[in-house]
Amino acid sequence: MSDLMDPPRAAAQAAAPIIELRGLSKRFASRLDIAARLAKRLGARVREDAVHAVDGVDLSIRKGEVVGLVGESGCGKSTLGRMVAGILPPSEGTVLWRGQDLRGLSGAASREAKLRTQMIFQDPYASLNPRLKVQEIVGEAPLVHGLVTRAGVDSYVDDQLRRAGLDPTLKKRYPHQFSGGQRQRIGIARALAVQPDFLVCDEAVAALDVSIQAQILNLFMKLRMELDLTYLFISHDLGVVEHLSDRVVIMYLGRAVEEAPAEEVFRHPNHPYTRALLAEVPRIEARKRAFAGVKGEIPSPLAPPSGCHFHPRCPLAFDRCRAERPALREVAPGHRSACHLNEAT
Amino acid sequence: MSPPTLEVRNLRTHFFTRAGVVKAVDDVSFTVARGKVLGLVGESGSGKTVTGFSILGLVDAPGRIAGGRILFQGQDLVGLPDAAMRRLRGNRIAMIFQDPMMTLNPVLRIDTQMIETVQAHQKVSREEARQRARDALGQVGIPSPDERLRAYPHQFSGGMRQRVAIAIALLHKPDLIVADEPTTALDVTIQGQILAEAQKLCAQSGTALIWITHDLSVVAGLADDIAVMYAGKVVEQGPVEQVLDAPLHPYTLGLIGSVPSRNRRGEPLRQIPGMTPSMLNLPAGCAFRARCPRAEARCAEPPPMAEHAPGRLARCIHPHGEALAA
Repeated sequence: MSDLMDPPRAAAQAAAPIIELRGLSKRFASRLDIAARLAKRLGARVREDAVHAVDGVDLSIRKGEVVGLVGESGCGKSTLGRMVAGILPPSEGTVLWRGQDLRGLSGAASREAKLRTQMIFQDPYASLNPRLKVQEIVGEAPLVHGLVTRAGVDSYVDDQLRRAGLDPTLKKRYPHQFSGGQRQRIGIARALAVQPDFLVCDEAVAALDVSIQAQILNLFMKLRMELDLTYLFISHDLGVVEHLSDRVVIMYLGRAVEEAPAEEVFRHPNHPYTRALLAEVPRIEARKRAFAGVKGEIPSPLAPPSGCHFHPRCPLAFDRCRAERPALREVAPGHRSACHLNEAT
Repeated sequence: MSPPTLEVRNLRTHFFTRAGVVKAVDDVSFTVARGKVLGLVGESGSGKTVTGFSILGLVDAPGRIAGGRILFQGQDLVGLPDAAMRRLRGNRIAMIFQDPMMTLNPVLRIDTQMIETVQAHQKVSREEARQRARDALGQVGIPSPDERLRAYPHQFSGGMRQRVAIAIALLHKPDLIVADEPTTALDVTIQGQILAEAQKLCAQSGTALIWITHDLSVVAGLADDIAVMYAGKVVEQGPVEQVLDAPLHPYTLGLIGSVPSRNRRGEPLRQIPGMTPSMLNLPAGCAFRARCPRAEARCAEPPPMAEHAPGRLARCIHPHGEALAA
């Protein structure tokens, strides 16, 4: 696409973020059933339970960048990824795709934006239609969107499969005839078949064995070079994120608590949660180490703690942390952290 | 000297299916001494879980133990009558599963389940059993154990459920615990807490622990010894620092190379090509041969387990000799 544009515009787009999130939030509310609605009308105290899965996240991803999104279960990282990919509408805030608000786009432009952002899912067993052959799984979308002609689809699918490291002679098979690693390759081939420039990978290697995981990670890195892709790489595995990412965002209970270049965040973690998380990562270099463990559990997102969400587990918490939500502030160039301690000094 | 807590000798557990015999565990031997931790490492289908199930006598048809001995404090568990095995299981030998709901009954309160476990093996009053259950919950770090005893499993988070499962395993202060991927489904900070409990337990009560996992990084910090399994066989075993710092078998070397944190950022990972072979039609000779960069004609013969130093074994005819660069 970029080669079709005149040079000045292309240069401007290279610097501009490909995706920008502004104050993005997502609330999931449980609908009241009829009994509860009746009780409410009669004056009973019934409230809709609302989960603030993502709570005011700002993030911009530049072209060609790999951004790692890290957090524990329930922190909202998958919900954020789905909003970025356009699968879930946000409750508040905006997703800007190449500077344009996704919601304001007309039909054709909106389709184009969605097509250029593709998603790769965690579970290679659940994300492929078991009743379609591989050639249909990979070939359907490019055909529908007019990227290939019906006559050309066969050789097009072969190319896609070969690029993802699969033997094209297997394209007449069904998903259940493949192993987990091969299925993940099918998922990658399907995503790349519509020629996206931005991929959201949601725990894309979490379900795979170590040796297969290494193969898929290498494939991601090779494809990035070949196709000039931009990734939002969502994972709970810090080792994977450290290896792959240029920049890392740490989330805790719906909020981004720290954001920095990958090397910086692993060398100088600022937020107490990031530090705790890094201390707990099992490392193959460690021998007979003493595990300590962050005290406490991840609180329920139905009733998050006041102020800074991490304060009940934080060894350094003080009064202000219980009352006031800390903002993301720059602590070093390109390194932002949401902790009140940074202002105390 | 008293015998080690567990000695497994040439264990073979085979599954006799219509499609053929699956040798899920094929000639596996290892020893775990009192208070020690053995990390049993392998990828899916390598036979590590079936090894654990065999020790507990939990292998169901069409599988059965086709040979070998499992000596628990000198007593052979293979062929032990069901009644005698039941007296040991949950009492002297306990198991922690990957999914705590394998241990817990979803429709019974925690106290019912724990008291039942205590009374299954000891004649104690209900009150005393409840007291023991409360102490066990406190031991694994569950806050306000008195109230939590009256809760149902679904009222606990995943990490808390796993703690309850561990507390149940601890009720009779067993001599051996087989833990099958107990932290795989948990978050990093919760995993750290569970690992801390496991370490404390072995140090304090002399319990021997077999920690089954696919994650080399977890056992690196926890285990004393490591046994690496591939396609039903132990391909390498020895003290943890020797296995991880100077691996002998090409598969172990490949596994270590696949761990992202061992690699330089952004550089390709040293991956193992291909995938695990089907257990139904394993190639003759070394099962790793098709994926091995050093394979040669001699590998078509089954390689014997060779002892390179006391307790340091590898099943390869051309072992890797050098230490890994850090």
